[in-house]
Amino acid sequence: MIEVFIFATLNGLVTGLLLFMLASGLTLIFSMMGVLNFAHASFYMLGAYFAYSISLQFGYWTGLIFAPLIVGVLGAVIERYGLRKVHQSGHVAELVFTFGLAFLIEEAVQFFWGPDTKGYQTPELLNFPLFTLFGQEFSAYRGFMIAISISIFMGLYYVLTRSRIGIIIQAAITHPNTVANLGHNVPMIFMCVFGVGTALAGLAGVIAGPVLTTFPGMAAVLGSIVFVIVVIGGLGSLAGAFIASLLIGLLQSYAIASDLGMPDLLNLLGVEFERSHPLHDLWTITLPQIAPVLPFLLLVLVLIFRPTGLMGKREQ
Amino acid sequence: MIKKLTPWIGYGIALLILPQLFDSVLGISLLNQLAIAIVFALSYNMLLGQGGMLSFGHAVYYGLGGFLAVHALIKIEYEEMYFSIIYIPFIGGLSGLIAALFIGSFSTHKAGTVFAMISLGIAELVAASSLILESFFGGEAGISGDRTYGPPFFGIEFFQDSEIYYIAAVWVFIATLFMYLFTKTPAGRLANAVRDNPERAEFIGYSARWVRFISFCASGFFAGIAGGLFALNYEFLTSENLNAVTSGRVLLMAYIGGLGYFIGPIIGAVVLTLMNTLLSNYTELWLLYVGVMFVLTVMFLPRGFAGFIMMHQLAWTQGTLNQLFKPYLITALPAGVFVLATVALIELSHAEETLHFLGMPLNPESAISWSIGLILATAAFYATRRTLPQLRDAWDTANTISEEEGESS
Repeated sequence: MIEVFIFATLNGLVTGLLLFMLASGLTLIFSMMGVLNFAHASFYMLGAYFAYSISLQFGYWTGLIFAPLIVGVLGAVIERYGLRKVHQSGHVAELVFTFGLAFLIEEAVQFFWGPDTKGYQTPELLNFPLFTLFGQEFSAYRGFMIAISISIFMGLYYVLTRSRIGIIIQAAITHPNTVANLGHNVPMIFMCVFGVGTALAGLAGVIAGPVLTTFPGMAAVLGSIVFVIVVIGGLGSLAGAFIASLLIGLLQSYAIASDLGMPDLLNLLGVEFERSHPLHDLWTITLPQIAPVLPFLLLVLVLIFRPTGLMGKREQ
Repeated sequence: MIKKLTPWIGYGIALLILPQLFDSVLGISLLNQLAIAIVFALSYNMLLGQGGMLSFGHAVYYGLGGFLAVHALIKIEYEEMYFSIIYIPFIGGLSGLIAALFIGSFSTHKAGTVFAMISLGIAELVAASSLILESFFGGEAGISGDRTYGPPFFGIEFFQDSEIYYIAAVWVFIATLFMYLFTKTPAGRLANAVRDNPERAEFIGYSARWVRFISFCASGFFAGIAGGLFALNYEFLTSENLNAVTSGRVLLMAYIGGLGYFIGPIIGAVVLTLMNTLLSNYTELWLLYVGVMFVLTVMFLPRGFAGFIMMHQLAWTQGTLNQLFKPYLITALPAGVFVLATVALIELSHAEETLHFLGMPLNPESAISWSIGLILATAAFYATRRTLPQLRDAWDTANTISEEEGESS
């Protein structure tokens, strides 16, 4: 029992931190533009694919550095020439634009790389078990994922709260006109933040690609979950996104690892249902079965009872 | 009065004449798809276009309507219920309405991002539970019924798709008419008011939430009708009918068509359904083209195709529309060449053997095919750019209100 718990916690931590790398960029972009970027997970997918192509030629580590850069530049270009133009037509148009972009990127990925799964591998250097616990191995690559994610969180937090650039960004989010009057190029700041946000998503893709498999549907798998995290954490709140990412990661991991279900609950209550009962399916549901739905259940509950999210300040 | 009725009479006649013009199997099945898509897209526009509620889960009401409709078909088959299948879409509509009553009771508190996110969450929940609750949704395989049971309707037993088309046409006409009339009711007008400024609507004494709730339920009802029509036409439903892809497609239709106009979603539904069916016969990459078209529409035609048509209203009333004809033609020619050349290049890069594009053999291996495509595309692109200033000038002249007319009006 205890080893299941420990491994579920570790796996939940890995997923949660990975989700945070996506959510941090998304929530930054949201607080800036007031619009949720539907294509965010698509940049994550692009990161994985670029890194895969680079790794075939120059090895994993070159991909780790260059793929996020390419994705970031691509994101900045899309902000400059696409999103900024659509911005004039209002929020719904922006949201729909990113929605279409997500659709387009998925098709483009299939066009360039084909619809099959890519054999994107973890680097040789990290192909050893980091430690063995109760006879189960914890791979070094997962440890590496945790390390990268935590250092990104610390770095981002430091830059945003302590550095001069971070203070200008924060000011530009709340008082764009004042910041512009002080002589800063606000559209340029927005473009850079968008670029950095997408680059972070790309980095998440690079490190997640080998573990979660690189295929054209990988954006759709994570896309809506990242949305859920940003909304649950409170739109625009970095700390909220961090908490919500870990919460969702652990929640899903525990649900998958557990073997509890409705039958256990019914046993506990001493109730029994016949097989022919019309709601038979409902009485046999187990936790691992509904694990993928739990984030959405949480989302709906949070939105009904606390529409601002866990740490959100402003009402939309 | 007559002027108001003309479009409706035209619409009705078009619905009746189309199956005579396109009476092939493909034509009829396409028309049935169009009928379903039109009702679905219009019901979506009740939410987004008229009520300002962006939903990512509209397929929930469509799908639930469809599933209940198939269950009704099964009940008719086993003679647990006894009525003609022409009323099946109404069953679908009621199911959509009940689902909307329940979900709307908590999701319409707020519009904007909160509403959009709740709709996304609900959509994922329903889509996932459709795979878990197998006895109702049939799991991966879905459920199927048979529309040929039940009492025949004036001797028609609905073995043919073309017979279904006429039911669908009647339902589409009724649904369109009622959705249009809804926009004229106080509830419909208030939906616009709440969309534009919920605070002011509350100040004059209307509950924004209540107004949104009414629109939401009406929209769910009509989406359910579309689902019921789907059930009648295909006789089976799978969880695909209520998942995010279907929700995304209806958003695409309504947006491409134009949200601000009642006719917009109809145009969008027609364009996308045609692309969906016809383009997919010619190329595997049709989804790529749909995506490109969608993104370009959002960027350059923010009010959709209907908005683009309505842009010409001023020129039309002034009688200067014919001045625009020549400049449009001059721009459209190179632009068309550019689009075709680009498509040829895209197909070329994807092809493994020689392909025939507009009768021209193109070989992905030969440098000549590539260079012809590239040169054509580049030349056409620059030619198009060169023609833009004259188009802009012509547009400005056509839309300048001439002085005498300005004074008289």
